[in-house]
Amino acid sequence: MNAADPQGGRPGDLPVLLPFALPKDRAAARLRPAHLWLLTGLALVAVPAWAQGGTAALSPLEVVIKWAPLLLTGFAFNVAISLMAMAIGTVAGIGLGLAMLAEGRILPRLAWCATQVFRNVPWLVLLFFVMFLVPFQITVFGIRVPLPDWVKATFGFSLPVMANVAEIVRGAVRSVPNTQWEAAESLAFTRRQTMWRIILPQCAKRMLPPWMNVYSLIAMATVQASIVGVTEMLTLTAQVHAAEGGRPELFAPLYGFALLCFFLYCYPIDRFTAALERRFETR
Amino acid sequence: MIATIQAWFQQLYETTGFNFTVFYDPYDWDRYVAGLRMTLLLGISTILASLVIGAVGALLQSGPSRVLRALVNGFVVVFRNTPPLVQIFFFYFGLGTLLPDIRSADGLRAPILSNVQWAIISLSLFAGAFNVEIFRSGIEAVPRTTVEAAEALGYTRFKAYRYVVLPLALRVCLPALNNNLINLLKTTTLAYAIAVPETLYAVKQIWSESQNVLEMMLVLLATYAVLVGVLVWIMHRWERTLRIPGYGR
Repeated sequence: MNAADPQGGRPGDLPVLLPFALPKDRAAARLRPAHLWLLTGLALVAVPAWAQGGTAALSPLEVVIKWAPLLLTGFAFNVAISLMAMAIGTVAGIGLGLAMLAEGRILPRLAWCATQVFRNVPWLVLLFFVMFLVPFQITVFGIRVPLPDWVKATFGFSLPVMANVAEIVRGAVRSVPNTQWEAAESLAFTRRQTMWRIILPQCAKRMLPPWMNVYSLIAMATVQASIVGVTEMLTLTAQVHAAEGGRPELFAPLYGFALLCFFLYCYPIDRFTAALERRFETR
Repeated sequence: MIATIQAWFQQLYETTGFNFTVFYDPYDWDRYVAGLRMTLLLGISTILASLVIGAVGALLQSGPSRVLRALVNGFVVVFRNTPPLVQIFFFYFGLGTLLPDIRSADGLRAPILSNVQWAIISLSLFAGAFNVEIFRSGIEAVPRTTVEAAEALGYTRFKAYRYVVLPLALRVCLPALNNNLINLLKTTTLAYAIAVPETLYAVKQIWSESQNVLEMMLVLLATYAVLVGVLVWIMHRWERTLRIPGYGR
């Protein structure tokens, strides 16, 4: 970078735009705890307002409180599915990412194709794919292993995670300066040693923020499992609504509660990701 | 020509058992095309609406009004951190049932907004929340001096935004925008959950009637691969056309 050039660009560049950079203090949308309390307070005031008269039926707020333990169990199940999908997807994704970076012709091509397919197909379509085409039980060495719906759903969610993690790995490895490779080579490291001992340790911290973004997305995607018949929070929400007599004014508070749960889970992750991004910012 | 293709797929079914009904049964074909048309309608309308939401939101977010800024921030934070499927349910079931009904042409009671319209609204808001952030990052890359120059030429705040800031910001944030719009096209499948007859819905109907799950799955995967591929191609072309000479590579 040319210190004399106030725009910080290369000579010959038009001084039209500053180089793209995330602003330091405004990397994420700002919502302070005070706003959160305000919103919660508004919700608490607004929800009972929907209650229609003082009939025997419970007010929407009472319904939500009454069923909250069941709904939160469902939410815990969503979290469990997302954690398992993330674990499987990360391991597979690192393998796929390294396959894309491997030497040779065929392996990187195949890995690239797999990554593109699993990244570009809608997650719901992948979920349908796994739910309908994977049998409900498999036979390993003569032992029949049943595969319940939620296991298949977890597997279905780990496919897009795999593809996204593979891209993250590839991007991070590509962002390590060539000189690192050359220095390792001059010290007589083999290619595998270079990758595992020199390149990947440097990548780890760069991969953390995008990896957490993927986790946030997969946590929010787990509700799609309700479409293919896995019992999780959204399925339970619909059942609770039916159990309370299917009153239309209950829809908004019940789904609002689901929104709130996911918000309270994902928002801290989002803030933490933004903080890490600032922390690991190069330049 | 069409008859040959139909005959070939009919023969494929009789000889190998691969039953691609969509390619020889006109009824299934019509359903598939109708689903594809619905996906395109959802995709195009939500892309346009979310771009407008993003541009307006970014304008308000950099505006002088504290209340509007706080509202936009709250909107972005909430819509980015909650599942789009729950958002769709919240809008369609939650708000849709609270709105008053209207009488349709044949005297039946009908909701004010149909499921297709609710799907478009909630998907646009979801993608729009991401677009606000993307546009804002682009706007912040426009130098203050450029805005000052525009003001010196007598542009009002809105006109400077419309004619100077937004066109420059758009070019900066185009790669991030590409990603989000492609994501949006994939998210349209969620409209399946409120019975919008888009591609996934139509294909599901076909495979439950014809019992050809594997074949229809392949058609579905190929359809989305092509749709996403076309969008990527269009956006890359647009990116190249809008490129600022002398900037970047």
